[in-house]
Amino acid sequence: MSKLHIATSINGEPVEFLADPSASMLDALRGPLGLTGTKEGCGTGDCGACSITVDGRLVCACLMLAVESEGHEIGTIEGMAQGDHLHPLQQKFLEMAALQCGICTPGMLMASRALLEKNPDPTEEEVRFGLAGNLCRCTGYDKIVRAVLETAAEMRGAA
Amino acid sequence: MNEMSNKWIGKNTIRPDGADKVTGRAGYAADNTMPGMVWGKVLRSPHAHARIRSIDTSKAEALPGVKAVVTRDDIVEFPLDKSVMLGIQDMRWMCRNVMAREKALFHGHAVAAVAAISEEVAAHACSLIEVDYEVLPHVIEIEDAIKPDAPILHEWNQFEGKPSNIAGTMVLKTGDVEAGFAEADIVVERTFKTRPVHQGYIEPHACTVSYAADGRVTIWSSSQGQFMVRAMTSLLTGIPQSDIRAIPAEIGGGFGGKTIIYLEPVAVMLSKKSGRPVKMVMTREEVQRATGPAPGSLSTVKIGAKKDGTIVAAKGTFYLQAGGLPGSPLRGPVGCSFAQYAIPNILSVGFDVVSNRSKVAAYRAPGAPLGAFATECVLDEIAQALGLDPLEMRLKNTVKAGDKAIYGPTFGAITFKETVESIKHHPHYSAPLDKNPRPGVKRGRGVASGFWYNAGGESSVQVNITEDGNVLVTTGHPDVGGSRASISNVVAELLGVDHARVNVMIGDTQTIGFSNLTGGSRVTFASALVATSATEKVIGDLRQRAAKIWNIDAEAVKWQDGMALPAGDNAGKFPPLSLKELAAKANEMGGPIGTQVQLNTTGADPGFATHCVDVEVDVDLGIVRVLRYTAAQDVGRALHPAYVEGQIQGGVVQGIGWALSEEYLYDAKGRVDNAAFLDYRMPVCSDVPMIEPVMLEIPNPKHPQGVRGVGEAPIVPPLAAIANAVHDALGVRFYELPMSPPKVSARLDAAG
Amino acid sequence: MTDIRYLAPRTLDEAVGAFAAAAGAARILAGGTDLLVQMRNGVAKPGTIIDIKKIAEMTSIEETADGGFRIGAAVPAVALAEHARFGKVWPGVLEAINLIGSKQVQGRASPGGNLCNGSPAGDSVPAMIAAGAVVTVQGPNGRRSMPVEAVPAGPGRTNLQPGEIVVSFTLPPRPAGSGDAYLRMIPRTEMDIAVVGCGVSLTMAGGVVTAARVGLGAVAPTVMLVDTAAKALIGSRLEDAALEAAAAACRAACKPIDDKRGTIVYRTKVAGVLLKRTAAIAAQRAGGN
Repeated sequence: MSKLHIATSINGEPVEFLADPSASMLDALRGPLGLTGTKEGCGTGDCGACSITVDGRLVCACLMLAVESEGHEIGTIEGMAQGDHLHPLQQKFLEMAALQCGICTPGMLMASRALLEKNPDPTEEEVRFGLAGNLCRCTGYDKIVRAVLETAAEMRGAA
Repeated sequence: MNEMSNKWIGKNTIRPDGADKVTGRAGYAADNTMPGMVWGKVLRSPHAHARIRSIDTSKAEALPGVKAVVTRDDIVEFPLDKSVMLGIQDMRWMCRNVMAREKALFHGHAVAAVAAISEEVAAHACSLIEVDYEVLPHVIEIEDAIKPDAPILHEWNQFEGKPSNIAGTMVLKTGDVEAGFAEADIVVERTFKTRPVHQGYIEPHACTVSYAADGRVTIWSSSQGQFMVRAMTSLLTGIPQSDIRAIPAEIGGGFGGKTIIYLEPVAVMLSKKSGRPVKMVMTREEVQRATGPAPGSLSTVKIGAKKDGTIVAAKGTFYLQAGGLPGSPLRGPVGCSFAQYAIPNILSVGFDVVSNRSKVAAYRAPGAPLGAFATECVLDEIAQALGLDPLEMRLKNTVKAGDKAIYGPTFGAITFKETVESIKHHPHYSAPLDKNPRPGVKRGRGVASGFWYNAGGESSVQVNITEDGNVLVTTGHPDVGGSRASISNVVAELLGVDHARVNVMIGDTQTIGFSNLTGGSRVTFASALVATSATEKVIGDLRQRAAKIWNIDAEAVKWQDGMALPAGDNAGKFPPLSLKELAAKANEMGGPIGTQVQLNTTGADPGFATHCVDVEVDVDLGIVRVLRYTAAQDVGRALHPAYVEGQIQGGVVQGIGWALSEEYLYDAKGRVDNAAFLDYRMPVCSDVPMIEPVMLEIPNPKHPQGVRGVGEAPIVPPLAAIANAVHDALGVRFYELPMSPPKVSARLDAAG
Repeated sequence: MTDIRYLAPRTLDEAVGAFAAAAGAARILAGGTDLLVQMRNGVAKPGTIIDIKKIAEMTSIEETADGGFRIGAAVPAVALAEHARFGKVWPGVLEAINLIGSKQVQGRASPGGNLCNGSPAGDSVPAMIAAGAVVTVQGPNGRRSMPVEAVPAGPGRTNLQPGEIVVSFTLPPRPAGSGDAYLRMIPRTEMDIAVVGCGVSLTMAGGVVTAARVGLGAVAPTVMLVDTAAKALIGSRLEDAALEAAAAACRAACKPIDDKRGTIVYRTKVAGVLLKRTAAIAAQRAGGN
């Protein structure tokens, strides 16, 4: 079977691309779509570095076929900031040093945003379980959890 | 000179590379593409141990879409009888690790590689390469590899006159250890085992390489040192270093594991043969099977003490699993295990044991954690037997300035005592702990200490003042954990300018002077040192230029708050000249402003850490969880406190994984049975609590800002601290890691 | 370029037709959280992938007229978690399904996929068995129903006939005084495969267990219904002796293997421990109804 023509929406903009039926969404994002902000740490859904949203739901791009994106809304790290205005989570990760090498950071941010959208006032335990699918080897998670909690508090305050 | 206002040093500034990293724009190794690029893929050995009789690549070469195939014949061979060292790596082993030569030494060992128009075609071509293997018996575990009848990996290697898998030894001694034990009131000797663990960086190894028609090579790759990449690639391909530009991509974690190379020389040869740029990216499975874990170990530690807790003798025997080729980090356990204690009689011996698993690579304080696991658990047992507080016992035996270290030098300032006292007085250590909070649940508390050498070494930096009067700093060290932020703090401080006006970049091998690896807890220490020197030179130049403009003596100009000011008798005679003003006049006053400083830095005194941990054990299931963790360490001076804390927190959690859940598992055929993150269990976010770092800022007198290396010491104590806490909870001592649920359960059942 | 075909039929008949026509060379794609990993590792090399997520019946959750639930086989775990009522009626089934992988995996993974993957360690399966769930399957010869426990045949294998697709799960109406629970043992707190999984569903009246079902996972080639354990609970007030008898029944039912995730001894022991803990939670929920 030759490649399939896929029409989808990525970060709010219509996108068309050709996908091999066996290619993962991660392959498509990092390859033809040039969106390398989504990282591959394992390719088997165990590290969360490739976290994206599909119709608002958090998924691993490596566990989804590219062809399945047809007709859906895909969100990636490249769409998290509004122009040069960082999302509060992005800003807080920087302020609180919640990243070291930064390779897990795009996935961690996508998962954190999904978490806060569902639960604007999470406990530490809820943050920890909410981010359990995102491995970080550098930080020991401490500053990430704190950054998410503090962002949540600020966003509640601003709301 | 500049007054230290501490406007930026010690502040948690936002890192210069931060916005790129939170928006997905930072360029990591696998993110790069080149025009006309093809894909490289490695064929790996399906056997744990096999002689390679021949390799026939003709079918692979004939496959449409295949552009090149390389084998051992394409990599420079370093003969077995002559050692060629690059840093701590022997190129005899590196060339055989990058591409199997006489033998495949582990399952997953690279045997050949293909470049093709797609990853799929490359993978298919790999399957068409015919390798004639003579499969040999394999051996994995240390106990098996040192048996007299063990399969021998390297027939040329002799130990005590016979072919052996013991490929090296290291002995450190002081005093007379047997006489020391004879004086002791109590002697405890225990044997410990640890499993190999992987560094676990989330970013797999990757590179993009171009070998151009003129023979010049560009390498874009993830490593802890672009100069290491250049040098090793040069040695393994025969291409002169001047023709290899190694560009450091952003690195997605290393922890020591990216201090050697796997793909780059292979990709260079594929590019040379194919005439196309080549991209290679490992899968996670390849990373787990074929890149360096830390060694497993078999250690025996014997310590003798007087009734009052004074240690009189210590003996350590450390067998480390090197992997298929020699080179385990013996100096870790042999040199560090007793280093923070003043012990008159020590014999510390290490054995480098080869077996059919991937060659070890450095991992955060290489070898030290497994040595501290043994020593610090035995100390706990002695303190308990003597009825002493374990921290008091450590305080009683701490080394002092002027003591001679077992590994050679005489210690300068020693800050071990401060770390112990810090934990002793921390509320955690005296907090009530309900040891039986619920039926079936027990809790315990443990402490342990650790030592790491730290390192200085070569570092280069450029400080350039831009034409518009801002500052660009270029260093030669890949930034793994925020080093750019620390350096920008230092330079902004010294120049007296706003932090936002200082940008820090990482130079490639052809744009910045030689700089050694990001590793050894050395980068902040060394690069702050050269950055200070360079910035001071620049300031000296700026003062001279101001002096010329004012036509006064340069000595009569001071630099303050980003401005040249007339000083002394001339004070107030001229309006200050700002950095921007001086930059604007640069060309008429002698040309561009900037300098490069290259030094072999010294003065990196060792790091000390003492940790306290509370654990909870689900007795029926054997699950150990960490409830509370406090880690005290002398950090010298924290240039950027949040990133220093992050080093401590990250190191501790890696130690928690080592203690409780991480291990390499092998099947009967010698294949790694858990080559994925699912079953190689690194701690996830919900597995760990907040980690409280206690940063003791005792300035290192040998460093302009007082910096002391911090990255490695935090992983040294956790293994023992957790084992001691588990003992406190259960009354059972664990001598093997990880303390995983089936093992804990089995020990408890056996203990009745 | 691969020669894989991707089909996303809109109707079940189309899906069944395509699946049957592929004669074993096709794989059904629901959440894909197992299939994509198998394809990447080379374990699965399907000639055709049939994505069933565009079939309404397979992606919807309905409350049946009698008070039960019908869950489409491809409903992602997260949708069940978002459902207003499901988790109140079947908290144990929901927690089992929500233990399948990370939040990311829950965005995709489905009970149908979890069952058809045939893993002895699938988390939702013991809970579904305990719940007495029935699966509806459709194949070339039409529709039929079977209890969940009849589906697994061994590691990676099911008793489905060639061409049959699992369409939905039907959970029975809940009598008053009922509760269910699922616990699994994993070394970490998340991101692991069950070393042992245990689902218990109880109905109680006046403190006495009137009905019970026990499902046990990861301790035998298939997830099992453990009738002997249920019998030990029925008629009891969950006294220590009854719980110990049920735990012993679970241990006796175990036929585990030593593997990288656990030993025979450990798994057998843990099966008993989890039975007691799971039953206690189910009883508490039954009392709370």
